[in-house]
Amino acid sequence: MNDLRLRLGQNLGLLLAIGLFLLFWLVYNGLHPKGFSTAVLIQNANESFVIGAVAMAQTVPVLAGGLDLSVGAVMTLVNCLASVLVNGSGWQMVLGILVCLAAGTLAGWVNGAVVVYGRIQPIIATLATGAVYIGIALFIRPTPGGEVDGDLSWALTNDVYEFCATYGLFDDGEAAWLAPFAWIPMPMAIMLLVIFLIWIPFRNSVTGRGVYAIGSSEGAAYMSGVRIDRCKIAAFTLAGFFAGLGGLYLALQTSSGNADVPQAGAYTLNSIAAVVIGGTSLMGGSGGAICSLIGAMVIRAISFNFRIFDIAPLLQPLFEGIVLLGAVSIGAARVFRVKNRLELLG
Amino acid sequence: MTPDNSPFLELSGVSKRYGGVRALEKVDFACRRGSIHAVLGENGAGKSTLIKIIAGVVQPDEGTMRLAGQQVRFRDPLAANAAGIVCIFQELSLMPDLSVADNIGISNPPRTRLGLIDKRAQRRRTEELLARVGCEDVNPLEQVRNLPLSRRQMVEIAKALGRGPRLLILDEATSALTSSDVLKVYDILKKLREEGLCLLYISHRMHEIEALADTCSVFRNGRHIETFPAGTRSPDEIVQLMIGREMAHVYPPKPEGRGAVPPVLEVQDLRWGDRLNGVSLEVGKGEIVGLGGLDGQGQRELQLALFGVLSGLSGRVLVDGRPVTLSSPAQAKHRSIGMALIPEDRKTEGLMLPMSIADNLGMAAMGSLTSGVFIDPAKERAAIQRMVDKLKIKAGDVANPVATLSGGNQQKVVIAKWLLTEPRIILLNDPTRGIDVGTKQELYQLLRDLADAGASILFYTTDYDELIGCCDRVLILYDGRIVRELQGGEINEKAIVAASLNLGADAKAAPANHSGISP
Repeated sequence: MNDLRLRLGQNLGLLLAIGLFLLFWLVYNGLHPKGFSTAVLIQNANESFVIGAVAMAQTVPVLAGGLDLSVGAVMTLVNCLASVLVNGSGWQMVLGILVCLAAGTLAGWVNGAVVVYGRIQPIIATLATGAVYIGIALFIRPTPGGEVDGDLSWALTNDVYEFCATYGLFDDGEAAWLAPFAWIPMPMAIMLLVIFLIWIPFRNSVTGRGVYAIGSSEGAAYMSGVRIDRCKIAAFTLAGFFAGLGGLYLALQTSSGNADVPQAGAYTLNSIAAVVIGGTSLMGGSGGAICSLIGAMVIRAISFNFRIFDIAPLLQPLFEGIVLLGAVSIGAARVFRVKNRLELLG
Repeated sequence: MTPDNSPFLELSGVSKRYGGVRALEKVDFACRRGSIHAVLGENGAGKSTLIKIIAGVVQPDEGTMRLAGQQVRFRDPLAANAAGIVCIFQELSLMPDLSVADNIGISNPPRTRLGLIDKRAQRRRTEELLARVGCEDVNPLEQVRNLPLSRRQMVEIAKALGRGPRLLILDEATSALTSSDVLKVYDILKKLREEGLCLLYISHRMHEIEALADTCSVFRNGRHIETFPAGTRSPDEIVQLMIGREMAHVYPPKPEGRGAVPPVLEVQDLRWGDRLNGVSLEVGKGEIVGLGGLDGQGQRELQLALFGVLSGLSGRVLVDGRPVTLSSPAQAKHRSIGMALIPEDRKTEGLMLPMSIADNLGMAAMGSLTSGVFIDPAKERAAIQRMVDKLKIKAGDVANPVATLSGGNQQKVVIAKWLLTEPRIILLNDPTRGIDVGTKQELYQLLRDLADAGASILFYTTDYDELIGCCDRVLILYDGRIVRELQGGEINEKAIVAASLNLGADAKAAPANHSGISP
């Protein structure tokens, strides 16, 4: 089928990332004493959610041809906010969660507004706003701590069965129709919901396609009547939402908040690596959030293997860097090939 | 004309200036429904500015525009589109990473009830439009970047048709098409004419205009010279109208009766993508060789290729009879080759605007101004002063940013910067664009002095006067090849224009040259 071949060809980067992920993940599970068990899957999913969400956040501005250096900071800010707000009675928690997600979204919108109306390059605008967000996070939580509702934390970091059992849904999760889904880790379920309810509709909206158009050729997009400002702001706003989601989940996972500046930076840098590994062009215009999610999973799968191969902790960064460099090089080779042709006619 | 056949688009007294340059001067222009109206003129005659004003890309300084009797003023291309004016520009306006269907549906895609893009409907519409332009072989899912240039141009035409134009402007829309596609486009345009569209057709290809146009308008120096029904003037007469009579500049005398000179730069069958299709030339010691032809026939690419900027070249380049590989400007500049390129756009490629005049001057020759590994300030100062004096650069203080200088003086800085490297081969890319007549004369004299001192100069200019006044020989490029070499008395305006339009012996063969070009 001709269409199929085309689609495969256009998603080579993604296929490559999926292959890499499967390689690392299968090796890990094969050598793990409890490999391929639900427990390992849940643990892996929990550990991948935050970096996955932050990588998705990074993707949207990158598609529009910019970089967002504040994704780690937004994640940290929402993490600290959640450690204050997500506890108490049921409705208080729901409200807390909504406020956390809204705060991330707002931070993203501010980034977009600074870039569009301030006419500042994204990389420098978000470097500055990122510092501001970290500042606010430190103000909220000067020392690590805080409290997140234990039940909620337990329910959302386990599988679907535990979630239902905790909140007494569907016969405490024993309903027959639920059985095929009971093993799915909650982080995976949440991620799937986000992809189907937010990312895919965005991608298929006029604004979303405008984001791709801008990254591909801003001049041509303008001449074609794309509303440049609106699309750019939307890109950063969605990035803020995704980063906020990551921060919220980190709070659930660790039951606390921590305005950890080096950690924020590491998440930002890893998000860029995940975007590249996933096959999204740093020049914009092609790729997507799902690609970056896979890219993030590749990065996590690499570090899982350190537990198996018993590499001295001091050497881990070295190996992580080497494997990452290799993975990024494979992903980047495609970009180089494309660039060569058009080099000077831009 | 009968009243019911009133003009669809009417411009009166429209003027536009860019800085001190008059691009359009009190232009009155009208075109009607159901006709193909060709706009003719030399480079810089004002055609591009005219269509940019109509399409809302730039706003006129004065004058009014009426569309179907209503006075209009477009703020941006979006507003012009809304009024039914659709333009196919020379530079393609497609997004390379998006699929054909996404490109065609970019401004107004079909939507589902949820407000999202209806991919199926979009694909159907794309297939319909592609079928209309005879491109059924293009898969709507294909990314535009993977299409050959000729297909891209057809997609561009399909995209324009998809917007339901009332006035369609085609600016050199056939420049990259294969000859069979050109025929398809003819049929489409004739069909659109029958449907009552108003078509503005800008092309440098005389035979296309003969085949298509109902009415022709000639522009020259920003003025509308004449409008006449097609077929009432011979190509010769049209060329005469296009060039007019104006020799504005004064040139230094050319050396007389020089014999054969040994070639310093030899180029053999240089090819690059579909922009250079086998260029061969020689430039001798002390010779000024002009590169002529219409804009965008490969002149710019030729110079960039020689300067080592392009990759993926084939062909041979010899300097002093030795083959050289050109892989970077740094290498081309090296003493063993000694090449310099004065680029077209001094603001982006020639100068670092915020840096000082002195820093800019010293930039290219840095290597020769050192003692040990450090830049020697005394040497640098002396060299810079030498250049400021030699080229009479009017600068208060060389420590000021170069952006504070006038255009002419900025251009002198660009040239001086390269003269400091003592080049033997100088490539010039339209160096006198946008500078005043006085400075132009100084530059002409400078070029002649450099040539007399032994430099070989390859001089691309869009101004035919300069080709005639400055150059010992003139090579005319068309479609990435040299189609004509003019020497001595042959270098006159008529010969240059005729060769640029590729009229004469090989005019009929011209479209066929496009076939067999891979993207």
